[in-house]
Amino acid sequence: MTAVTTPAPARPAAWPFAVRQLRFWLTDYRRTWRGSIVSTVLNPLLYLGAMGLGLGTLVDQHGTAHLGGVSYLVFLAPGLLAASAMGNAVGESTYPVYGSVKWNKTYQAAVAAPLRPADLFHGHLLFVTMKLTMTSSVFLAVAAAFGALTSPLAIAALPVAVLTGLAFAAPIEAWTVTRSRDTSLAVVYRFGVIPLFLFSGTFFPVTQLPAWIRPVAYLTPLWHGVALCRALCLGTATLPGALLHVAYLAAVLAAGIWAGNRTYRRRLYV
Amino acid sequence: MWPLTPYSRVKAWENTRSVLSDPAGSVAGVPADNPLIRAYQLTKRFGNFTAVDGIDFELHRGEAFGFLGPNGAGKSSTMRMIGCVSPPTSGELSIFGLDPVADGPAIRARLGVVPQEDTLDVELTVRENLLVYGRYFGLSRAVIRERSARLLDFVQLADRAGDRVDPLSGGLKRRLTIARSLINDPDVLLLDEPTTGLDPQARHVVWDRLFRLKQQGVTLVLTTHYMDEAEQLCDRLVVMDRGRIAAGGSPRELIDRYSTPEVLELRFDPAVHDNAAEKLASVPAQRREVLADRVLLYVPDGDAALGAVRSLGLEPLTSLVRRSTLEDVFLRLTGRRLED
Repeated sequence: MTAVTTPAPARPAAWPFAVRQLRFWLTDYRRTWRGSIVSTVLNPLLYLGAMGLGLGTLVDQHGTAHLGGVSYLVFLAPGLLAASAMGNAVGESTYPVYGSVKWNKTYQAAVAAPLRPADLFHGHLLFVTMKLTMTSSVFLAVAAAFGALTSPLAIAALPVAVLTGLAFAAPIEAWTVTRSRDTSLAVVYRFGVIPLFLFSGTFFPVTQLPAWIRPVAYLTPLWHGVALCRALCLGTATLPGALLHVAYLAAVLAAGIWAGNRTYRRRLYV
Repeated sequence: MWPLTPYSRVKAWENTRSVLSDPAGSVAGVPADNPLIRAYQLTKRFGNFTAVDGIDFELHRGEAFGFLGPNGAGKSSTMRMIGCVSPPTSGELSIFGLDPVADGPAIRARLGVVPQEDTLDVELTVRENLLVYGRYFGLSRAVIRERSARLLDFVQLADRAGDRVDPLSGGLKRRLTIARSLINDPDVLLLDEPTTGLDPQARHVVWDRLFRLKQQGVTLVLTTHYMDEAEQLCDRLVVMDRGRIAAGGSPRELIDRYSTPEVLELRFDPAVHDNAAEKLASVPAQRREVLADRVLLYVPDGDAALGAVRSLGLEPLTSLVRRSTLEDVFLRLTGRRLED
C-alpha cells in the first residue's frame, strides 16, 4: 500500500517455495560457475590419470584377479565417481549452509519472507541435486574418454552417484544448520570424508580389509554407492543387488530429510 | 509442533492480490476499523528467561508505532513474534486477523522486515539482492525490475545498482535493506533498531526516508533505544522495560504525563557533586534525579529554578535548560537511562 510501490498489474510467477530457494542458489552460482566448471573437469582428469593410468599400470602388472579381472582404471573409475559425488555433496552441505545461517544470514532473510525453514532445506537439496548431476555427468564423460567404461549400463551409474551424494548431503545439512562454530565442520572431513574415501572400496576391494572391519564398511552409504556404480559400469549388476543398494541409500536420504526438516525449523524459528 | 501453512493458500493470496490491486490504505482480509496487529498477554520465554512478559498492544493502519526501551527489554523478541519467525510461548497474537503460528507464510507475504542485523547477500550486487528477495514473494522478474528501479531511487542507491554489496558502507546497506523490505509492497513495515550502529549522518538519511514512508501512509512498527528516533518517527509508542510495557501513548502524551515542561540539567565539580545534590533538595521541583555526572531538576520553568539554585550559593560548572524528552519519561518510569 505504499505510494512508492503501487501494485504492478502483472501476475506473479508463483513458483513453489523450494524452487524459489533453488533459484536463489542458481543466482548465487552464476558468480562462481566458471571456476567450478574447471574443477569439475580437472578432478576426474587428474585422478583417473594419476591413479587409474599411473598407479594402475603397476597394479595391472601384478594380476587383476582381486579386481574381478578388469584393469585398475576400469575398477577405479566407478568408485571414484561415487566418492567424488560424496565429496561434492559434503562440500555443498557444510560451509555454504553454515554461511547462510551465520555469515550472510540469508536463511534468516528468507524466512522473513514467506519461505519456511523446510523450503530452504529442500531448495538447497534441489540445488545439490543439480550440481551432482552436472559433476557426475562430466565425470562419466571423462571416464568414457579414458576408456574406463565397459558396459552400456554405466549410464545408470549417473543417478546412483547423485543418490549417493544426496545420502550424504541431507543428513550433513541437517547437522550443519545446528552448528554455532565453523570449526566443527572440519571434523566432518577429518573423521568422515577422508576415511570413507580411502576405505569404502573406492581404491581397493573391501574384501582386502581385515574381516572384523568389513561390516563397518558395508554400513557406510559410500560403500553402497561404490558397489552399485561399479556393478553397473562393469555390467555385472543384478536387480536384487541393485535394489538393495538403492533402498539403503534412499533410506539414509529419507532419514536425513526427516532430521533436516526438524533442525532447520528449530534453528530458524526461535 | 509448528504447523505449516499449505502452500496453496499463500499462492492463492499472491494471485488475488496482484491482480486486484487494493485501494490505498486498505488491507486485505481486515475490516477498516479493526487493528492490523493485536497482542494480548503475549509472552516469550527462552528456557527460564522471560524475554517478553505478558504484553498487550494494538496497531492500527497508517500508524507509526514504536517499542522504546534499552537493550534486553524484549523489543526484538516481540518483533520476531510479529514477524512470524518466533512462536509465542503463551498469550494471543493476531496479525491481519491471522494466526502467526498457523499462517506464518501468508502473513510474512504481506510484511516488510528490516532486521536488526543486515541479512543481505554481500556477494551479490545491489540489484541482485532485490531480485532474489522479490522472487521469495513469487514476484515475476518484470515486476521486480520495475519496483527495484523505483525503490533504489527512493533510497538513493540507483547509481550503485550494479555494485557488489560487500564494500558498501553500513548506511548504504541499511538503505538497501529498507528498499528490499518494500519489494513486496507490504501492508506493514517492521523495523528492528533501524539506525543502530550508523553514524549520525547516515542515521539522518534513514530517518528522512522512513519519515517519507510514514507521510505516504505506510504502517510502520519500529523498535529503538534512541529516544530522538522514537520522537521523530512514532505517532504512538510503548515504553518497554524487562519484558513489560511500562507506559504507552504518543510521545507528547507520555512527556506530559510523566515529566515536566522543562528540565534543568546541572553539572558540578565532581568534588562537590554529592554535597550540591543534597543542597538542591530545597529547590522547589517536581522531581530531582541525581545521576553520576549530573543533577536533573524537573520544573515548570527552568530559568526560574536556575535562579533559585544560584540563590543557594551553588555555582554549577554548566547548566542547561531544555524541554523534557522521552529519555526523561524512561528515567522516571524505570529509574534507569535508555542507552546505558
